[in-house]
Amino acid sequence: MDAEIKCITPPLTDETVESLKAGDRVSITGVIYSARDAAHKRLVDLIAAGEELPIDIKGQVIYFMGPSPAKPGQPIGSAGPTTSYRMDAYSPTLHEHGLKGGIGKGARGPEVVEAMKKYKGVYFTATGGAAALISKSIKKAEIVAYEDLGAEAIRRLEVEDFRCIVAQDCQGGNLYETGVAEYRRD
Amino acid sequence: MRTIHADKITEVVADLCMNANYHLGDDIYQALQDFRAKEESPVAIELLEQCIKNAQIAHEDEVPICQDTGFAVFFVEMGDQVTIDGNLTEAISKGVAKGYTDGYLRKSIVEDPLRRKNTGDNTPPIIWTDMIPGDGFKITIAPKGGGSENMSEVKMLKPSDGEEGVKDFVVDRIKRSGANPCPPVIVGVGIGGTYDKCAWLSKKALLREIGSKHPDPYYAAMEDELLERINKLGIGPQGLGGRTTALAVFIEAHPCHIASLPAAVNVQCHAARHKSVEL
Repeated sequence: MDAEIKCITPPLTDETVESLKAGDRVSITGVIYSARDAAHKRLVDLIAAGEELPIDIKGQVIYFMGPSPAKPGQPIGSAGPTTSYRMDAYSPTLHEHGLKGGIGKGARGPEVVEAMKKYKGVYFTATGGAAALISKSIKKAEIVAYEDLGAEAIRRLEVEDFRCIVAQDCQGGNLYETGVAEYRRD
Repeated sequence: MRTIHADKITEVVADLCMNANYHLGDDIYQALQDFRAKEESPVAIELLEQCIKNAQIAHEDEVPICQDTGFAVFFVEMGDQVTIDGNLTEAISKGVAKGYTDGYLRKSIVEDPLRRKNTGDNTPPIIWTDMIPGDGFKITIAPKGGGSENMSEVKMLKPSDGEEGVKDFVVDRIKRSGANPCPPVIVGVGIGGTYDKCAWLSKKALLREIGSKHPDPYYAAMEDELLERINKLGIGPQGLGGRTTALAVFIEAHPCHIASLPAAVNVQCHAARHKSVEL
């Protein structure tokens, strides 16, 4: 792998987000949070009700992921990304309230693209299906909210050299469009 | 008549759940390497290498290849000279609960599609049973992840749409799926039968070994053509661009009504898991 790797640690500032361009290779070290469908719905319902969230999302990055159970001695089980478009209904509200990044797989819809432009957000892709490999970069995991949701609970993850690629950036850059256009043969 | 003990089936199913989720099939592993060797996009090469490394880690550490350990789907071929000293559905279901719990596999099934409470042990499984002549008994598990299943579709084409209509539908379905089903994918295609049979055929098609040829040269040629067309889409691994969008296309055809031309696409991610045991 020869491409330059940008190292980042959340919480992310607007400046960091603006410096990340679609296609950039990124290594994340620090704390991120995992949440998927059911937890997103609860977070957005709390915001709608004017109530406090169980985690402070300002500057944070949410990993769309529900792990398999950890074997004894492991911090977490296999932990690859889930498909992100299912979170499109919720992510704009979270970006409006300070969330800076999402990690998942698959392209985000126009509502998320607009929210990322407006509130300075970035979307990373991790390799879907490479769940055993990715779990090696997660050093610690603890449930911080919605334990009743099992795999879908919100987890605080301490990660080290978690490799991602910037898929969609805050300027509208989109690797799904440019990457595919480069290799399409009509 | 030959009797198979229900407890034996439960035990075998529990092992199948774990083995299928830990150990990627040799054919898929080889296909990832073959396509890696032909790939041109630097990003795609990195991603395919991650998939290969991931399969190695899962195999060595006996951990799930993918955290989405899937809906437990079974295909059972049961000889008409076989009896089971118990209930087959119950025996398989108990095996799933044991395998998913003891094997640290994710429980991904909700008991009602709208009220969505997790069943806690990944039951119930989905079981398709075929009666065959003789005293054989073969059980196959094909754990199916949600991300790729969500990109699947059945379409009731008109007989006049013909071969071209079916091929365009298949290619368009993969194009619209983009990055979502975790490409490189394996594409199961059902053609004919009824609405329901066609969907089933597209799932059954996914059990075929990569590299195997369709026994009917007509469909073998169609599979080759579809694979080529799909890999010209440029979607690539994870949808980030590349030559490797699908590793294989498998077709299953069936007699159909004079008024109908059903076609179905069942999309399978690169964590294509299936394992069989004969008892």
